[in-house]
Amino acid sequence: MLRAALSLLALPLAGAAEEPTQKPESQGEPLPGLELFRWQWHEVEAPYLVALWILVASLAKIVFHLSRKVTSLVPESCLLILLGLVLGGIVLAVAKKAEYQLEPGTFFLFLLPPIVLDSGYFMPSRLFFDNLGAILTYAVVGTLWNAFTTGAALWGLQQAGLVAPRVQAGLLDFLLFGSLISAVDPVAVLAVFEEVHVNETLFIIVFGESLLNDAVTVVLYKVCNSFVEMGSANVQATDYLKGVASLFVVSLGGAAVGLVFAFLLALTTRFTKRVRIIEPLLVFLLAYAAYLTAEMASLSAILAVTMCGLGCKKYVEANISHKSRTTVKYTMKTLASCAETVIFMLLGISAVDSSKWAWDSGLVLGTLIFILFFRALGVVLQTWMLNQFRLVPLDKIDQVVMSYGGLRGAVAFALVILLDRTKVPAKDYFVATTIVVVFFTVIVQGLTIKPLVKWLKVKRSEHHKPTLNQELHEHTFDHILAAVEDVVGHHGYHYWRDRWEQFDKKYLSQLLMRRSAYRIRDQIWDVYYRLNIRDAISFVDQGGHVLSSTGLTLPSMPSRNSVAETSVTNLLRESGSGACLDLQVIDTVRSGRDREDAVMHHLLCGGLYKPRRRYKASCSRHFISEDAQERQDKEVFQQNMKRRLESFKSTKHNICFTKSKPRPRKTGRRKKDGVANAEATNGKPRDLGFQDTAAVILTVESEEEEEESDSSETEKEDDEGIIFVARATSEVLQEGKISGISQATTVCPALC
Amino acid sequence: MGSRSSHAAVIPNVDSIRRETGFSQASLVRLHHRFRALDRNKKGYLSRMDLQQIGALAVNPLGDRIIESFFPNGSQRVDFPGFVRVLAHFRPVEDEDTDQDPKKPEPLNSRRNKLHYAFQLYDLDRDGKISRHEMLQVLRLMVGVQVTEEQLENIADRTVQEADEDGDGAVSFLEFTKSLEKMDVEQKMSIRILK
Repeated sequence: MLRAALSLLALPLAGAAEEPTQKPESQGEPLPGLELFRWQWHEVEAPYLVALWILVASLAKIVFHLSRKVTSLVPESCLLILLGLVLGGIVLAVAKKAEYQLEPGTFFLFLLPPIVLDSGYFMPSRLFFDNLGAILTYAVVGTLWNAFTTGAALWGLQQAGLVAPRVQAGLLDFLLFGSLISAVDPVAVLAVFEEVHVNETLFIIVFGESLLNDAVTVVLYKVCNSFVEMGSANVQATDYLKGVASLFVVSLGGAAVGLVFAFLLALTTRFTKRVRIIEPLLVFLLAYAAYLTAEMASLSAILAVTMCGLGCKKYVEANISHKSRTTVKYTMKTLASCAETVIFMLLGISAVDSSKWAWDSGLVLGTLIFILFFRALGVVLQTWMLNQFRLVPLDKIDQVVMSYGGLRGAVAFALVILLDRTKVPAKDYFVATTIVVVFFTVIVQGLTIKPLVKWLKVKRSEHHKPTLNQELHEHTFDHILAAVEDVVGHHGYHYWRDRWEQFDKKYLSQLLMRRSAYRIRDQIWDVYYRLNIRDAISFVDQGGHVLSSTGLTLPSMPSRNSVAETSVTNLLRESGSGACLDLQVIDTVRSGRDREDAVMHHLLCGGLYKPRRRYKASCSRHFISEDAQERQDKEVFQQNMKRRLESFKSTKHNICFTKSKPRPRKTGRRKKDGVANAEATNGKPRDLGFQDTAAVILTVESEEEEEESDSSETEKEDDEGIIFVARATSEVLQEGKISGISQATTVCPALC
Repeated sequence: MGSRSSHAAVIPNVDSIRRETGFSQASLVRLHHRFRALDRNKKGYLSRMDLQQIGALAVNPLGDRIIESFFPNGSQRVDFPGFVRVLAHFRPVEDEDTDQDPKKPEPLNSRRNKLHYAFQLYDLDRDGKISRHEMLQVLRLMVGVQVTEEQLENIADRTVQEADEDGDGAVSFLEFTKSLEKMDVEQKMSIRILK
């Protein structure tokens, strides 16, 4: 049957009309015994199909992105669902029956893991754990609230007669339905939020909620399902208790499985120095194994993979080579993107099969209204409660985005397909409702969330034209605030985080990280600082001639004079941040002075560095590129360091040389090249090198991948970050043979 | 590293600090922990190097100036009271602060003092005025490299002109305050966790 369908499908696609029989191609008389050409469709059928679908999806993506206008308005998920609908329609028309459903088995085993792994691995762990309280509240309490209220309300609707009696469902059935429709879906949230760019706290809360509520959904679904199967009369009190207990078992068990595999993964990557090529493979295999193990034990598989990704990232990143890191990143993104595309497309296709669903207007409308309403209500209540405890409260805009951003997606659909029709007679109605809900949330909410966010924010801002002073000072204050927040330490002292970091430093890192990586991280800032001073000293001692005579400069120092004249239009185009409110000014410009004013505004607007808060959380699946923030960070960092160096230079007379104790750990690496990464600089260390004898500041590119390490505190990993190379000759590194200049100097406080 | 219940008794002169800065006990304890965490070698005071080790400050255009503001009068160390004194500027303004006893000195987190702190970040030579040169320096810090020197100078000129009312070519503190009267300084220069 599948063969026939595919061959029919191959009609429009391949443009060839081949009958799936074994016919030799030659027009002449069929040669008995030996056939020149055979059509072996059935042998390649399954993989060919898979490849073909993925190919279609990718081609569709290319076509979508040809038009920028469309992609900026419409999130990709919508387009994909629509494409799926179209394709499904074609298949239906051609084959007279619907093929290619979203099979729950395929979905849960093959399509969902890459997405979850990708999210778990690239989850900003610091942000995640900072907001863990909020995330857990929304995930557990929120989902339970949604499930029960929706189920109860639908049942009430049925009692009130608004739902046709042909929908045979009791309270338990509705609860079951409520439980599967109430879960916020990680795939949909990711797909839509990555286009919307809300602030990072908001994103992590919604996204974290969508990941963690998997445990709740799984438990609720299973419990309700088994209650329904047992029949509501046989449910006893102990079963309720068991249900509650299973919630803990499922979630904690899933997390534990994930952590075990994270540990294994970190441990194995410690020893892969000679076998670099299998590193990416290990990462994927062990993460996938975590998923499968949790599935096997009926625990929450999504939690397992999330924990695995979160837990292993730090050590794995330290252990594996640079190339492997890139490979892992790209492969994960590719797989996740591909899986997401296929999911949305299949969602569209599955909707076309009308034999699987039955329509009931009351149920559908009721569900739509209830899920929106109860989600909003739930969010408001929980936020009010959470704000009592949170250091940074969530304001109204956040709440609106959170309630509006609770999207349902493929997980709900897969779960509803899994229902047993014999036990749940209303399954078809539920399927139809789920399809409508999923489509509504993804398409309508996905389309409108971006304008909604923009509208809400713009509404709040002031309308008077800001003066130059105000603009400048506003930015200044933002920077000041960011700096003082950093001094104070973000959210203040966290006892448990400190304890964890100590434990990690003492035991875990030693066990799980490769020895070289471990040592590097320890001494990074000290090394950087000392080398900085050494460079300054050597620079000074050479009378500043070296740089000019050899024509070498500190690398890529941005220079103001080397930039071309920018026109207003360029500035307008570049500064698309929305910080410029005065587009109207350009229109009403009359006098020359006003025009100058406007030009200056734009200049300032476009040029000012954006303070940290205004950054957009970039979790894009489609673009892994250095964004404006990293460029800005790089520039600012270089200038800061340059200034600090100059200030050393100016006070050189105060430098006191003291013999410091040899630092065995820093120089422990006897190998020729060492790479030290200034961890304190968020991944943007400067490219400096020095050699003992010449004391020349060289620009060196580090080729060695052996000793490279990356500061990976942030998820925005920059492959082309400036790598700080301390390339010293062996004489320098050997203890006791340190010549005058290259002694590690302890600088007197007077220098600072 | 210390017990969880390390309380205010560990902090020297905690009462006078509280009176001066207006911080609550809990905030002071928190800040004390942070002070100790920053003080890597347990010297009992912070040097510039300790503050420079905060990574995020290195990518902040005003990072160095903020660090400088902790070391007034050219000193090389800052002890805990000094540390807290600077941070007190960023305490959120609460309602009860507004109806203060007029005889008491103005609290450190009043609007005027917040603006004064920012003013001092601009006014490096402490002559009470932001000259055109100082404005230009700040602009250089804050603006990206695609803006040329000449454009920067123009902007600096224009900015000083806008705020300068008495025509002396520099922005005094009063003029600075006046130019920012529409800005919600209390909100912009407050860290909510420092109550």
